[in-house]
Amino acid sequence: MANATLTRVGLIDALVKEVGLARPDCALLLESVFEEITTALAAKDDVKLARFGGFHVRDKRPRVGRNPKTGETAAIKARRVVTFRPSHILRARLGDAAAMAEG
Amino acid sequence: MLRSELVTALAARHPDLRSSDLERAVDVIFEEISRAMEKGDRVELRGFGAFSVREREAREGRNPRTGKSVSIDAKRVPFFRPGKELRERVNGGAAD
Repeated sequence: MANATLTRVGLIDALVKEVGLARPDCALLLESVFEEITTALAAKDDVKLARFGGFHVRDKRPRVGRNPKTGETAAIKARRVVTFRPSHILRARLGDAAAMAEG
Repeated sequence: MLRSELVTALAARHPDLRSSDLERAVDVIFEEISRAMEKGDRVELRGFGAFSVREREAREGRNPRTGKSVSIDAKRVPFFRPGKELRERVNGGAAD
């Protein structure tokens, strides 16, 4: 039961079942959703999905890092990273699930 | 970009689909991802990224206002790791 992985296939199954569209449409739609989110983030436009959470683009300054394997210093260039901030609702859902597992 | 703006963008890509179906689809996708994490499962969307659940151990915290120590229970928090394609595209398409 534990440690299963949900992938595109599982999401397409859910779309077919819940929305009732043809499978090829569901597959295309799923791609469009993540393509649109990616396009927005690439334009530095944060994506906020109520009840789920927000994807934010942050600028990281250049810094001197270290290769953990060799110990050599290496320059890390300025870059952008995507961070995810789960909504309070999502946090609560995971927290509650943990409480139930314990209790 | 908000959920409503995402639905508008999807409508432009899928003029053949009803916007009520598009709204429902967005809800279903993120509800399924939430449900999987609730069960403690991973969600892997190659290219975009992976959602997983991280365990946080119980710890002694401190109320920053009063300075009193309070015990914070162990909990599970959602975590997202961006995929290779997403990392590259927010950096102008170049490699890491």
